[in-house]
Amino acid sequence: MPVPILKQGDVLIASIQAALLDRDLVQLRDDIADQIGKFRSRGVVIDVMALDVLDSFATRTLRSIAYTAKLRGARTVVVGIQPEVAFGMVQLGLSLDGVATALDLEEGLAYIGGLAHQDVHRDR
Amino acid sequence: MIDDLCISIDHEMDIVSARQKARELATAVGFTSTDQTLIALAISEIARNIISYARCGKVTLRRVEDGGRRGMLIVARDDGPGIADIELAMRDGYSTGRSLGVGLPGAKRVMDDFELVSSPGQGTTVTMKKWLP
Repeated sequence: MPVPILKQGDVLIASIQAALLDRDLVQLRDDIADQIGKFRSRGVVIDVMALDVLDSFATRTLRSIAYTAKLRGARTVVVGIQPEVAFGMVQLGLSLDGVATALDLEEGLAYIGGLAHQDVHRDR
Repeated sequence: MIDDLCISIDHEMDIVSARQKARELATAVGFTSTDQTLIALAISEIARNIISYARCGKVTLRRVEDGGRRGMLIVARDDGPGIADIELAMRDGYSTGRSLGVGLPGAKRVMDDFELVSSPGQGTTVTMKKWLP
């Protein structure tokens, strides 16, 4: 099942549902790269709250989504990593280095908003 | 109550169902939700290796008891190309495929017992156990 992507202002919000297949994540990467151009999005929030496991493939694909989005001019923040999921990632040695994370959707949107604010100031 | 489960792994969807069934059994055995997640994670890595390297195989889940200890046994078996250098395959960051190279060493880290038997042309068997604390 493809991951639905919502557009809110200049931010794309992808809420990943449970039991995600590998191909859905790869599809999400391609969809996000497309939609950043289509909607001229500046930020991407990926909500993984519903996931009970983030394994090496998911971690690698999230990193690739964030990096692809960055090359397309948008910032990505991954939100909603559950405590056990985070602990499992640490134990397995998985890292999301270079990818911004935030507690939940609200914090993630605030983070993206803060970046936009900084950009405005930098432009002046 | 579920005691012995055999799951065919020949599609990426089977990785998800192996994970879910492992979690159900882990719950029934009495593992904490953290340990359930670690078990599900180890299965995810091992089952994905089956798909990536052998195309198909099977995962067997079983509850085990040993001298008063209770736990869970996971056996992943495939008839794929096998692993030539097991020591190298168990090294963090080493991968011949399209992965991070954390699957096997990571699975070993999160489980209590871990055994990998493989040789070229003979397939691969991974046997892992997790014990209740």
